[in-house]
Amino acid sequence: MNNIPLVHFLYLAGILFGIGMFGVLARKNAISVLMGIELMLNAVNINFLAFARYWNWNSLTGPVFVVFVITIAAAEAAVALAIIISIYRHLRTANVDDAHYLRG
Amino acid sequence: MIQYSWLIPTLPALAYVLITIFTKRFKNISAAISILTMASCFALAVGILFELLKMDPASRSVTFGTTWLQIAPWQANVGVLIDPLSANMLLVVTFISLLVQIYSLGYMHDDERFSTYYSYLSLFTASMLLLVVSNNYLQIFVGWELVGLCSYLLIGFWYFKPEAANAAKKAFVVNRIGDMGFLMGVVTIGMVFQTFDFAQVKDLVAQGLANHTLASGYVAGIAILLFCGAVGKSAQFPLHVWLPDAMEGPTPVSALIHAATMVAAGVFMVARTYNLFSADPLSMTVVAYIGGFTAIFAASIALAQDDIKRILAYSTLSQLGYMIMSLGVGGYTSGMFHLTTHACFKALLFLGSGSVIHALHEQDIWKMGGLSKKMKITTITFAIGTLAIAGIPPFAGFFSKDAILDAVKDSTIWHHEILYYAAVFTAFLTAFYMFRLFFVVFTGEARDHHSFDHAHESPFTMCLPLVLLAGLSICVGWLNWPGVDAYSKFVYYGDLHLEGGASNFVQLLTQSWLSIVVAVAGITLSAMFYYWRIFSAEKMAVTFRPIYLLLKNKYYFDEFYGWIVKTFLFGLATILKWFDDEVVDDGMVDGSGWVARKMGGLLSLTQTGYVQNYALVVFGAVAVIFLLVSF
Repeated sequence: MNNIPLVHFLYLAGILFGIGMFGVLARKNAISVLMGIELMLNAVNINFLAFARYWNWNSLTGPVFVVFVITIAAAEAAVALAIIISIYRHLRTANVDDAHYLRG
Repeated sequence: MIQYSWLIPTLPALAYVLITIFTKRFKNISAAISILTMASCFALAVGILFELLKMDPASRSVTFGTTWLQIAPWQANVGVLIDPLSANMLLVVTFISLLVQIYSLGYMHDDERFSTYYSYLSLFTASMLLLVVSNNYLQIFVGWELVGLCSYLLIGFWYFKPEAANAAKKAFVVNRIGDMGFLMGVVTIGMVFQTFDFAQVKDLVAQGLANHTLASGYVAGIAILLFCGAVGKSAQFPLHVWLPDAMEGPTPVSALIHAATMVAAGVFMVARTYNLFSADPLSMTVVAYIGGFTAIFAASIALAQDDIKRILAYSTLSQLGYMIMSLGVGGYTSGMFHLTTHACFKALLFLGSGSVIHALHEQDIWKMGGLSKKMKITTITFAIGTLAIAGIPPFAGFFSKDAILDAVKDSTIWHHEILYYAAVFTAFLTAFYMFRLFFVVFTGEARDHHSFDHAHESPFTMCLPLVLLAGLSICVGWLNWPGVDAYSKFVYYGDLHLEGGASNFVQLLTQSWLSIVVAVAGITLSAMFYYWRIFSAEKMAVTFRPIYLLLKNKYYFDEFYGWIVKTFLFGLATILKWFDDEVVDDGMVDGSGWVARKMGGLLSLTQTGYVQNYALVVFGAVAVIFLLVSF
């Protein structure tokens, strides 16, 4: 793996992050938005690991962070899905644009 | 004994606290506490007097104290200054207060708030004593204000009567006007001299005047500011309006206010700060003319009053005018001497009128009459008081009033002859209206038979003070028996100076023939109207109706002040109310609400409710920050 340069990992992460952001900002379905968030989180995870590998493989800071991010992401997905189900039951749709009760 | 002088104001204050906290429900214990503390204060005052008399006349001044507040560079002290002036006042105040408290046992025995009454009396006397023993301007001001507060409480003691509540309020508000000047004077002293201590200020003024670093006109300004306070407390024109209304309080309280604790404070304060007043002829002239005018002005009002206590109230105003005038023309000793004798006979007259009111439940003199048949002790003592105030020798008033007339005659003040004739004429009026009161109330036939039949002599506790005061009203003047001059040699300012200079009694009588003649003339004229009824007062009142109405309505001063308040104060209030309604309320309060609502409406446009909009803003912001940081 050593012969794959760092920048390739960063490209991959950047692309993943971009796709995720597109999902979050542009998709109307709440599930797609959630999936976008997951993609962005994983892009960040890749960055963490790549930097950890190329910087100082002896330090566990990067991998530990990733473990935490995955854990939090799982919890977040559970909560978010519960909210989405609740919204769906309430509005009969999972379209984020229809849930705008907080409009000023 | 002098080292215990701090106890004199402390004991009655303690009595007030004890009665208020513990013995409200036990009438007799409250009265006993109050009277016993006052008796011990009187004993202390006598002890202090004798100790002062034993000292060398030149060094009769003892002062000590401690720091109360330290606010650099000012230091507020609380302390005691015992000299002949304060020893004199201590005796007067404690003695009159003691007698009034004994008298009140009888006068107030049915009152529900008996204990409260005694607690107020104690506090009142304590405040006055605090003022009297004070060795600095700040402490005198504290006592001064406490006296004002207590007078409010006591004048309004029967607060359920609207007149009493109003009179109390009036006394407080009118005093406040004068006190404002007093406070300004005290603050100015603090600013100019950096100290409030009497002795230090006295030295600084003397130094400043001697080496011309201090203009005497400046000192006169301070003195006149202080005098504003005296005008309020001693009820001098134009702030005299509260004193006659203060009659609404219980009669023993009136006696206390008029003789010892309240109105004397103004005269005492002028005497205490005499070095400021005597620095410049201007302040002396103002003091003398205000006093002289009040004397004749109040005496003329007293001619046409019908309420027994009101007549006495105006006579107090008039006599206070004498004292102030005397101080103004340089008669320091005669002014203080008149204060002392006046305290005796005015307390006597008020307590006597209280005895009459107690017997008849009536204050209108035209519903009284013939009381000499029923109330022997009251009649005789009242007659003595009346003779004393009229200035008939050898009663007390003669000596002090004559000393004042001499002081005015000998003074070098601007046109002092005007003051002299005004004072002589006032003496005539005083004799006239006081004997009018006496003849109408005590001689002739009873006018209201219903109340007359119920009339009875007052109980022992009320008669005892009357008899004691009557004795003093005869004798106190003898302190200045010509040739002896015990009082003049004790209380004086600067160098010893004997007014008149008569060396024996006969010489004094010949010298003061004018004041005796006017007093006798006043009594004779009064007797012609009201005893022998050669002339008819009713016809006179009809003939000179405008003058009669003017006097009866006290020169319409209450109405005039009412008009001023209505026009200027209410006018100002109307303008301010308009400003408040239109500018503050509609403009600023509603306006700020409107602005906040509109701003909120504008900002709420950003709150779309679309989650993805928010996310876009967040990412956009991050991108912008990133760009800003990287370039």
